Amino acid sequence: MSTSLSRFLSRVRAYFSKTDLDADLNQELEAHVAMLAEENVKNGMSPEDARRAALIRVGANESTREQHREERGLPWLDTLNQDLRYTFRAMRKDLGFALFAILIVGLGIGASCTIFSVVDALLLRPLPFNDPAALVWVQNHQVSDEDLSGQTTQVDYVRDLRRLSPSWKALGAYMPFYGIGDVLMVGTTKPVRLTRVGVSDNFFDMLGVNMLAGRNFNAQEADGKTKVIVVSYNFWKRELGANPNIIGSTLRFDDGAYQIVGVLPRTFDFGDVFAPGTKVDVFAVFPLDDNTNKWGNTLAVIGRLNPGVTIANAQSETGALGKRLRDEHKNDRNDYEPYLKPLSEHISGAVRPAVILLACAVGVVMLIVCANLSNLLLARGASRQKELAIRSALGATRARLIRQMLTESVVLSIYGALLGLILAFVGTRGLAQLSGVSIPMLGSVAVDLKALAFTVAFAILTGIFFGLVPAMHVPANRLNDSLQDSNRGSSTGRQHAWMRNAIVVSEIALASVLVVGAGLLIHSFLRVLDVNIGFHPEHAVTLRVDPAANLDTKAKVNAYFLDLLQHVNQIPGVSAAGITDALPYGTNRTWGAGEKGVQYKPGEFPFAFIGIVSPGYFKAMGIPVIRGRVFEMDDPIPPQIAVKDNQYQHDAYAVINETMARNVFHGEDPIGRQTNGGATIIGIVGDTRHLSLEKDSGNELYFSIIQTGDWASANLVVRTTLPNNVLATQLKNALAPIAPDLAVGNMRTVQSLVDKAVSPRRFVVMLLAGFAAFALILASLGIYAVVSYSVSQRTQEIGIRMALGASAASVRGAVMKQTLLLGAIGMCIGIVAAAALSSLLTALLFGVHAADVATFGVMLVVITLVAVVAGYFPARRASLIDPIIALRSE
Amino acid sequence: MTEQQKSEILQGTLDLMVLKTLDAMGSMHGYGIARRIEQISAEALAVNQGTIYLCLIRLVQKKWISATWGVSENNRKAKFYAITKRGRKQLLTETENWERVAGVIGKVLKLEPSER
Repeated sequence: MSTSLSRFLSRVRAYFSKTDLDADLNQELEAHVAMLAEENVKNGMSPEDARRAALIRVGANESTREQHREERGLPWLDTLNQDLRYTFRAMRKDLGFALFAILIVGLGIGASCTIFSVVDALLLRPLPFNDPAALVWVQNHQVSDEDLSGQTTQVDYVRDLRRLSPSWKALGAYMPFYGIGDVLMVGTTKPVRLTRVGVSDNFFDMLGVNMLAGRNFNAQEADGKTKVIVVSYNFWKRELGANPNIIGSTLRFDDGAYQIVGVLPRTFDFGDVFAPGTKVDVFAVFPLDDNTNKWGNTLAVIGRLNPGVTIANAQSETGALGKRLRDEHKNDRNDYEPYLKPLSEHISGAVRPAVILLACAVGVVMLIVCANLSNLLLARGASRQKELAIRSALGATRARLIRQMLTESVVLSIYGALLGLILAFVGTRGLAQLSGVSIPMLGSVAVDLKALAFTVAFAILTGIFFGLVPAMHVPANRLNDSLQDSNRGSSTGRQHAWMRNAIVVSEIALASVLVVGAGLLIHSFLRVLDVNIGFHPEHAVTLRVDPAANLDTKAKVNAYFLDLLQHVNQIPGVSAAGITDALPYGTNRTWGAGEKGVQYKPGEFPFAFIGIVSPGYFKAMGIPVIRGRVFEMDDPIPPQIAVKDNQYQHDAYAVINETMARNVFHGEDPIGRQTNGGATIIGIVGDTRHLSLEKDSGNELYFSIIQTGDWASANLVVRTTLPNNVLATQLKNALAPIAPDLAVGNMRTVQSLVDKAVSPRRFVVMLLAGFAAFALILASLGIYAVVSYSVSQRTQEIGIRMALGASAASVRGAVMKQTLLLGAIGMCIGIVAAAALSSLLTALLFGVHAADVATFGVMLVVITLVAVVAGYFPARRASLIDPIIALRSE
Repeated sequence: MTEQQKSEILQGTLDLMVLKTLDAMGSMHGYGIARRIEQISAEALAVNQGTIYLCLIRLVQKKWISATWGVSENNRKAKFYAITKRGRKQLLTETENWERVAGVIGKVLKLEPSER
């Protein structure tokens, strides 16, 4: 044990056994004095003189004892103890103030801690994988995140990269073109639709995810022929009763029985990471073979870099290799152009600006909280001048008094933090359980040790910060001044009035900035909600109705679809029904979509988002038909349909949207003309904003589901005025003969799809609006406190004025003028600051300019109103002052 | 020598003197240690004898000396201090340090003004 440590431990022990040690010391000193006195007597002194001389020589007085205590114990802790005792006494004496301070600090720290947890989960914390820094998102082309076909990769490129590229320790992939509720779980009492994602056999190993139970897929299962699955933690808990012995048992799906080989750990939620807002239940092997290669771009590729390889190295190496491979396979493969970015950036890059904005906003809120408390403490400090003066007269140094004041503010702050932590626990739980919000990693938001440490540190800093200004106003050696000053109750107020005014002005300025920020985002949000999305989500529900596996010919499937639509249409209250393979805001895919016979320059070949839909779909979705006609029940059914064969478009019909008519046919009448695949265009429908509410539709090209087999999911869309539960029963009954396994529990409203698409924006707007509202309340309290304090300080002055003939109205006016002046200065600063900062918001704005005059105008009105309300009560009180009472009051 | 000068010397060296005294004389009580140091230093370091207890508690806490209650030669209850093994080690290092510094200072002080 080191010397300083053993010394420290001794000091701690000494701190707790003061009484014993004091007795010890007394005894020791007593013995010493006695021995010295004896010696003195021997030298010829009288006993009294001997003892007196001994006492002087030893210095056995209180100061020696005090020094001894300081040397042996923890003097700073003693002081702190005293300060704390004093603080608690002061708090009890002014309970109202203490509770108020704790409440606003608590709200502020609660918000800060919650946002910190969000920032931590989304931006700071490494992904829940082993060595996540080496994980790279290998997308195809540097394109937007919406066009899935554009950024996914064909199977053979991955096989080639695995073979040829030295950069990668492992390359894995998942198949992002899965649909929600792709597979039907049968054999249970109630059929349930599950979401199943296909992954390469090494996917979980590559990520470094360790199974909670069982094992990952192995190389023997890579061909996908052995039917094995890995289940998610949530699915295991929800559907399998968290049975630890579940490994090896089988689950029956509509496409066969699968053996469970592994259970994923709780820390890895696939949806949370890769598909925010969706719940993925089970995982099966997606084989990387010649067959899946024919499917085109199907893979979202993730790689783990070899040790020592940087992402820049890998980009140049893999980029060059990709280019070579693409040139070699110009004729037999899709285009390839690898673009690498850190996996963490792919996952949270999109939400980063919003999260940083929230962190800044909560910081501003905390500044306002601190300003508010500073102000209150200043006002309170003024009334405590006398008490402080007395303490300093009794020997307290200025440093000691400042420490006392800081102790008080830190204690308030820590109590606030306790309240804040409770709020943050509730807040983070709420956030983590939000479903249908497409923000990545939201499920892992929680108050953890890091957040706890942050909160404690933050609370102490906050306490020091808001206590510093008031503490510095502790009188220094002006004992007389203070004692007299407080008696008069005038000049102290004046002396620090500018400081209080400055604090309130900064509060108003900060609140203005927040109100402008929140205003701009609310404005954007309203614009987004107001946008014409091209379809009518209200009164429409959707449900998976994929044909059963035993319908093995196209004719049987078509008969099933037509039968199904007929049955649904007969339900009273249903006005339209249709089927699609691509719901808005879900997965999407693009195909080349030019006009037949036109030669396009390289790189200019048009692409279109593909929808395979049934007759009735456009009506059910509320998509308007602009020209021509859409698919009908009695459209001819091609005799032979080969899946994945571009030739199928012969004899088929196509419907395009207005954008495609404009882009591909340049305003000429496209009806009757043919696509490059050979389908004949029969009609034009309206554009739909299917990627996101903020994004244009792009080209959209629809084919009939009864004329092609190239679709992966069948989503029934029903337009109805019936309540959901009634419709569910009706559907169940109506479709019992043809679809006995219908999982009506998985029915969703189309509106919920839209809601999910705007959820990140709604999330940010709600939080920011909350912060702005809190800031306004604090600012109004700040104004109120300052104005009402100044009124109470000026009671005598106002009394004199009124005695000299000032009317109540003019007194009221003077106070209001003071209030509005503070407000005006604050707003001026706020406007400048907001104008400077609002450009940072640009990435989050939609349809609103960062310098939107209306939003700034609203801010001015709101802040002025707040100032008027906050100033009115003190002004009224001032005008009701009775001159006689005021003059006699002291 | 003023009080100021005395106490400055004391700050730096009292620990060392106490350790050396206990090392040389064996177990002693506070009064004895104070007397001994005074005698040796020919009263040059005479200050408040109570100060010795600050030094003693410090050394005890550092585990360089140990303390036990005992009975003095005059049959009085007193606390006796004795140097520990760690204290001896410390004394050795401190002595070496002291001698080195003293040697250097001595040489410096002996320097004759050299020709320019």
